[in-house]
Amino acid sequence: MATRKPSDGSPRGSSRTSSRAASPSAPAGVRDAVIVGGNRIPFSRAGKKYADASNQEMFTAALEGLVARFGLQGERIGEVVGGAVLKHSRDFNLIRESVLGSSLSPQTPAFDLQQACATGLEAAITVANKIRLGQIESGIAGGTDTISDAPVAVSEGLRRALLDASHAKTLQARLKAFAKVRPADLKPLSPATDEPRTGLSMGEHQAITTARWGISRSAQDEVALASHQHLAAAWDAGFFDDLVTPFRGLTRDDNLRADTSLEKLASLKPVFGRGLAEPAEPTMTAGNSTPLTDGASTVLLASADWAAERDLPVLARLVDAETAAVDFVHGHDGLLMAPVHAVPRLLARTGLDLGDFDFYEIHEAFASTVLTTLAAWEDADYCKAELGLDTPLGSIDRDRLNVNGSSLAAGHPFAATGGRILATAAKLVAAKAAETGKPARALISVCAAGGLGATAVVESV
Amino acid sequence: MTDSYTKAVNSGFTKTLATKLGLPRPAVLRRFRAGDPLTVGPVLVVSDEASTGDADALARVLLGWGLDVRRQPTDDTRWGAVLLVLTEAERPTDVSAAVLAVGSVLRRLATNGRVVTVSRAAAEGDAPALAAVRNGVDGFLRSLAKELRAGATGNGIVLTDDAAVDAPSVLSTLRFFLSARSAYVDGQLLPVGPADADLPADWDRPLAGQVAVVTGAARGIGAAIAKTLARDGATVVCVDVPAAGEGLARTANAVGGTALQLDVTSDDAGRRILEHARTRHGGLDVVVHNAGILRDKLLANMKPAQWDAVIAVNLEAQLRINDQLLGDGSGDDGVDGLRIVSLASTSGIAGNKGQTNYGFSKAGVIGHTRATAPLAASRGGTANAVAPGFIETEMTSSIPFATREVARRLNSLQQGGQPVDVAEAIAFLASPAAAGVNGQVLRVCGQNLVGR
Repeated sequence: MATRKPSDGSPRGSSRTSSRAASPSAPAGVRDAVIVGGNRIPFSRAGKKYADASNQEMFTAALEGLVARFGLQGERIGEVVGGAVLKHSRDFNLIRESVLGSSLSPQTPAFDLQQACATGLEAAITVANKIRLGQIESGIAGGTDTISDAPVAVSEGLRRALLDASHAKTLQARLKAFAKVRPADLKPLSPATDEPRTGLSMGEHQAITTARWGISRSAQDEVALASHQHLAAAWDAGFFDDLVTPFRGLTRDDNLRADTSLEKLASLKPVFGRGLAEPAEPTMTAGNSTPLTDGASTVLLASADWAAERDLPVLARLVDAETAAVDFVHGHDGLLMAPVHAVPRLLARTGLDLGDFDFYEIHEAFASTVLTTLAAWEDADYCKAELGLDTPLGSIDRDRLNVNGSSLAAGHPFAATGGRILATAAKLVAAKAAETGKPARALISVCAAGGLGATAVVESV
Repeated sequence: MTDSYTKAVNSGFTKTLATKLGLPRPAVLRRFRAGDPLTVGPVLVVSDEASTGDADALARVLLGWGLDVRRQPTDDTRWGAVLLVLTEAERPTDVSAAVLAVGSVLRRLATNGRVVTVSRAAAEGDAPALAAVRNGVDGFLRSLAKELRAGATGNGIVLTDDAAVDAPSVLSTLRFFLSARSAYVDGQLLPVGPADADLPADWDRPLAGQVAVVTGAARGIGAAIAKTLARDGATVVCVDVPAAGEGLARTANAVGGTALQLDVTSDDAGRRILEHARTRHGGLDVVVHNAGILRDKLLANMKPAQWDAVIAVNLEAQLRINDQLLGDGSGDDGVDGLRIVSLASTSGIAGNKGQTNYGFSKAGVIGHTRATAPLAASRGGTANAVAPGFIETEMTSSIPFATREVARRLNSLQQGGQPVDVAEAIAFLASPAAAGVNGQVLRVCGQNLVGR
């Protein structure tokens, strides 16, 4: 069991009282990348309002709302970066095609990027870095995903036969290729997000982690309830009036259950971890796990000058980011524990403590993901053995966690979640700074399939 | 939203049939397209003897606009427009010759031709005979407009407060009435006062450099207003409720403006509109109160929510936003030179069964527009209203067929108007050169047979 050290080798204590750290500044030769704002479409449970909407339609709609909000018609944006986790092969240029269908200048370059559920945040990190290096002045990051319009593939046997037949030169060879097809090969393969190396679904993986950390059912249900209550309150307060543009008649996230309760959540049957020896009563339900969701999101980033020249507002700057990966394949760590590793490294580099944040945006893949993440940071043994820290990373003020709800309530269209969180965090720190007159800061953490995780620090300007 | 009857009687066999049967044949109205001539033919300028000087001055202006201007009624042409100048007439008998001269060319008025009168408003202290002739023009014009055929309209400019006949606002009103922009404005007399204003450098872009806010811009008439203001050169802030954001984004992207998702009934709507306009576009010049809702019910069946919602959106929101935009009058917290244009309705003028709430709200709009006018004027601005009649929209297309057919034919032009017709009137009132039009209600109703 290797003990990893933070990248700069300095272990971080966390028990000390955190007097507010100085704002981290960009390295020499690197300028700030600022977040102007965001736009997404309301998220919708798979098979409902967006049942026949494609990724391209949804991402184009999210882009069009962003263009309208900020008056970017005809603007040549430096780069548009985004992606989808479940993608048709025909969508090889998904983001570029969306740009071409938008009101942006057709001279706007774009590319697809994919890092599972961290796609949206990774896209923003990529765009921000290009801006920080002076390679582009403006960029749009985002993502889209649809379960309703997911690609359906043919079996490996049929695929081979079709390829062989297309390469065959004679009718005889063609027939020979098809002769190999067996009846079982005709069954289509439905899209799967199971981990290829373990064959386990993400939920089953998380169930193992949940059990290992002994996270209770009620603690998970409380996270889920808070998510719904916070998101509903944010909608009612108009928080999303300048972050969301309706699509196909849907005006709010339709997974949101403003009237849910601990009783209702407690009545749900467990869906993951039923095969595990411990605990006897599995804890993960449809209520404290994210549903399959359709949706798209975008975030507009820029250099401060570019924004100022266009009289655009600036909410925050994307200070720094760190990605990590864990060895979940051999059971060494939980599938969704990578952000636990990324955050101490990010804090070390930015000179911040875990307590130095006004807001914590921890993606709720499952309620227990949030809880295992927090538990790991509080655990001396784990922090020492896995994170190479002499003392635990520390606790966070739970009142600052996902204050406007997160994926349990909003839903989780994989690649679109990063953009949702980043725009929300940027608006939160801007409002906090305007209210207090002091800089405000948010920590973002997004876990992803493949044992991946992306984290970022956002600070008001 | 299509008027298939008007299409039918203007094309092919059905046109011949309709003519033979003597059926009413509403004309296909000519609407503004950049580059088209201002009028469809030569312009005849006639006047009573005393007004010859004013007529000469206007004729010179028309020549400057590149029009074929003539002073003699002849029968060798299809007249594009007739301008009747009666500004200096002092007795009823003074106008006979000029009026009859107009009559002599009406049979040769072109399709989509125009008759425009220019006269002075009767004022306190006028001699009875002077007041008689001045007020007489009102009844004359309204009657004449009802006699015109084939898409031709008649409208009048009524000079107030000794406005000069060639004052910028008079010329800008004249140009509006002569042009295809006023296609569905008929039988209206618009008072125009003296005002310091510049004529536009480019008549096709009278709103160049202006920042305009349009509420209810997601669709229908609001979207048409945004598009028309943008076409005329304005930067448009498109406002609608967050739930209408999809259409709003479409409008904003079509006009190259910005979308502001905002409920106009929220307490700080005016301040947020102003902040958006100032921070994003450097200022605010025009606000168009278009957002409106219907909750039709007979009063006997009216629920509180149905009454209250209509009043809140159609009336209270406008009042609150105006207060916030104009400030309390004490300092510099308001907007100087602001043009406010509100959507009233002929329902607020003539009344409509099942629309006590809507009629109240729209008549209320007319009331507050008149009261806001002097407040706006004290800061160099104006407040006016536009009252649409039957306009072909998604809303009116849901009216049952027979009721709809009757409603759309009950006007001098025998057809419904288009959203763009309302938008054109608003763009005119919002333009800097229309500074002398204040506190007025301009009807865009094809001279609806009910109300004034």
